Amino acid sequence: MSSTVIPRETGDGRAARRVSAFLYRHAGARLAALVTAPALWLVVVYLGSLALLLVTSVWTVNSFTGNVVPVVTLDNFATIFSEGIYRVIIGRTVGIAAAVTVIDILLAVPMALYMARVAKPWARRLLVVAILTPLWSNYLVKAYAWKVMLSEGGLIDWLTGGSSPGFSATSTTLVLSYLWLPYMILPIYAGLDRLPDSLLEASSDLGARSWRTLRMVVLPIIKPAIIAGSIFTFSLALGDYIAVQIVGGGTQMIGNVVYANVGAANNLPFAAALAVVPIVIMVVFLLAVRRTGALDEM
Amino acid sequence: MRYARLARLAPMAAATAMLALGGAACGGSSATQGPGSEVPKIPVAKSVGKGEGQLNLVAWAGYVEHGQDEKDVDWVTPFTKQTGCKVNVKVADTSDSMVSLMKTGQYDGVSASGDASLRLIYGGTVAPVNTDLVPNYKDVEPYLKNQSYNSVKGQMYGIPHGYGANVLMYRTDKIKPAPKSWSVVWDKNSPAKDHIVDYDSPIYIADAALYLKAHRPDLKITDPYELDQKQFDAAVGLLKQQRSNVNQYWANYLDEIQAFKTGDNTAGTAWQVTANQAKAEKAPVDTTIPSEGATGWSDTWMVGSKAAHPNCMYKWMNWITQPKVQSQVAQWFGEAPANPKACSYTEKGFCDEYNVGDKGFYNRVAFWKTPVAACGDDRGDKCVDYSKWTQAWTQIKG
Amino acid sequence: MRIPRGVRVILRLWAVIVLAFIYVPLFTVVVNSFSTDKTFGWPPPGFTLQWWANAWQNAGAREALWTSVKAGLGATAIALVLGTLAAFALSRHRFFGRRPLSLVIVLPIALPGIVTGLALNSAIQSTLQPIGFGYGLFTVIIGHATFCVVTVYNNVSARLNRMPRAAEEASMDLGAGIFRTFSRVTFPELRSALLAGGLLAFALSFDEIVVTTFTAGPNTQTLPIWIFSNLARPNQAPIVNVVAVVVIIISLIPIYLAQRLSSGASARTMY
Repeated sequence: MSSTVIPRETGDGRAARRVSAFLYRHAGARLAALVTAPALWLVVVYLGSLALLLVTSVWTVNSFTGNVVPVVTLDNFATIFSEGIYRVIIGRTVGIAAAVTVIDILLAVPMALYMARVAKPWARRLLVVAILTPLWSNYLVKAYAWKVMLSEGGLIDWLTGGSSPGFSATSTTLVLSYLWLPYMILPIYAGLDRLPDSLLEASSDLGARSWRTLRMVVLPIIKPAIIAGSIFTFSLALGDYIAVQIVGGGTQMIGNVVYANVGAANNLPFAAALAVVPIVIMVVFLLAVRRTGALDEM
Repeated sequence: MRYARLARLAPMAAATAMLALGGAACGGSSATQGPGSEVPKIPVAKSVGKGEGQLNLVAWAGYVEHGQDEKDVDWVTPFTKQTGCKVNVKVADTSDSMVSLMKTGQYDGVSASGDASLRLIYGGTVAPVNTDLVPNYKDVEPYLKNQSYNSVKGQMYGIPHGYGANVLMYRTDKIKPAPKSWSVVWDKNSPAKDHIVDYDSPIYIADAALYLKAHRPDLKITDPYELDQKQFDAAVGLLKQQRSNVNQYWANYLDEIQAFKTGDNTAGTAWQVTANQAKAEKAPVDTTIPSEGATGWSDTWMVGSKAAHPNCMYKWMNWITQPKVQSQVAQWFGEAPANPKACSYTEKGFCDEYNVGDKGFYNRVAFWKTPVAACGDDRGDKCVDYSKWTQAWTQIKG
Repeated sequence: MRIPRGVRVILRLWAVIVLAFIYVPLFTVVVNSFSTDKTFGWPPPGFTLQWWANAWQNAGAREALWTSVKAGLGATAIALVLGTLAAFALSRHRFFGRRPLSLVIVLPIALPGIVTGLALNSAIQSTLQPIGFGYGLFTVIIGHATFCVVTVYNNVSARLNRMPRAAEEASMDLGAGIFRTFSRVTFPELRSALLAGGLLAFALSFDEIVVTTFTAGPNTQTLPIWIFSNLARPNQAPIVNVVAVVVIIISLIPIYLAQRLSSGASARTMY
């Protein structure tokens, strides 16, 4: 390129222009330049380490020394499927995760509706800040605050006249719902916020009253957002082991048993085998909802 | 076009390479090991050189204090001043966490109880200790030296720290009169119903066995850590029966103290240090060792086999066993110091209360040790080993 | 859609209840930071400023806070780069493996933290340790960046899908190369999406404890780890409350700023 015709500004050297021209012409090279770094990171680092973990799950451990015995065996999985206790724990965990998700959806949808459609614009901004702020307060501090509230003579006892759920699976569900609520409200709010007014006007022009519009126009459109929020809450509840230790009073979830087997029992292969269960559950969940476009709204 | 295909293949190839590398690196020891089999040969230190400037420890909460809990409870700052070794401590809740933390190889030393020490020794995680390099070792009580849990064939693997019992803590206002037996936690209809607290580790099964030793003589339990299948099943049965009365499985002090203070716990197993702190918080509690006896822990400082700062660790082991520091630790934690010379620094009556120097008391406490298949008596190899204890623990908690 | 008055009232009431639900526990945290009771008994027997004074002098808390900030910035930076690259690649090109890759991006945040933590821990032990790399801030950042990528990716992707290509094409027709087009035309449009994704990524990294527990070494204490180890100590626990309150107050600033910066036309693409 002649430098007298097109004035060259600072920054674009000859080499940069040649690379730029090359990339412009070769879409494949562009793709390679873009995708290599993230693909390497996610596939090699992340998937690779997951694979390592899964490989560990078919090994066993010498019970006395705690050293891993790299002999392939399906013993760990056999134990998980045959001993009733693990089925109970898995069932309980899935149940709690589902309950947490449902509770959060029920709490979040009206809240998001209020924020997006009823609140005035200045209030809307404040509300978003109000929902975001708890995300910055530490998980543990919140869990301990609940622990104190749930204890005998605590706030919940005072509010309900003595029938606090104490430390149990119910409390665990309550606290987990509390912890993950903002993650459910935000995507649904974003989805509602994106809803063009024209769509709602059209629906009302065609004679639908508010409830019908809500049911047939709004809810289907925010379904992906609801599912996106559900992925968060379900997965976070599925794998939790900290909050349940604090307010669960001995309740065991998958996360506890995995953690106990890594730390206390020093049985990494068994912990890995147990960890396969939530992996499978979540992958199935993700594959099922991929089509709904929920993954784009996370 | 060509570039696109390459871009796809590269990640796949890299992943395979990583798997292969990881698989090769992951290989561990394949021989089964246990007492009686070979202890991994790890060189023992011949001398203690200059401090390396840092020391990473794994310890029970309360063993390594640098004024973080109370301003004048500090024996780390003088140590750092004298040796230049800056101390980082990782607090562990149970022996099991200690074993897994030490296995990462990132720590220089650990205050291991009897149920962790043998696992660490046979796993090659800790190195034998040259007791000549620790001048204060000669003052340690003789009945703590060369014990089955801290030595193998006469070679010591650590320096004894102190010992104590798992006491029964109870709310004085809710449990009247003061309990004399562990039945207050094991009885289905005890006054502490629904408010019992257990220690959150499979080793607690031994406490059930200890109770059955006194109340079910037909089971002929002699050592609560060496249980054959029948005795083990009975202990597990007792724990399962207790489950509905249990309010909490405690692992950290604050949890237990809070629960005793609010009355969510009214009776259960605790350590003297927890009880002391609860009393300082004005919780109406007291402790006792019931008639059936108690399980306990006898702790040993051990050096990691991959320790990056072994000199600092040897200096620490000598520091912590000197009489003045021993008296500080023992009084803060509520345990019997390994070095009886500490008694000239402790408050009046402390050493009597903790039975320091009383070999008879020491022999009566069932100190934590790792349950292994070899029963150590004429039953042979029929005893239930620790991996089955941990599996049973998951079953018990439900 | 005209929402009838009755429904408006119900929604308003619902919003109040939800806000109360969210803020009452936080309120007890604030109150407990002034309480004389070290074990947070309720109601507090007395009030004191002692914990605030202690926290101010507590070097451990300050170091942990700084470590968390460093880890967050590092993870966010990596996530911004990788997420943007991935967003461009996946929304502008069609290639074999596109759909699986978009699934893999979501995986680190969709799988339970303990799985990600365990996996990364095993990987670090078997690949990095043999070559002398230890656990530390670096491994923490690796862990955090992995699950932070998705927040940036989603925000940038959404923005890219909505952005008309016409401006970029015009720019290149006028002679600007790819790099200059990106910096002068595309990037300004993406700014709000990058800000939103980056802020959420930082928040995720800042409060993360599970993966961090498995990827930090003995010398690295992020704020959540510091809180974890201090909540177990009765004398330190009240200081934790103070630290938590301080963090909330400090965080109000970036949150509000981000809200103002992105409000306007692109508020819709915030999350």
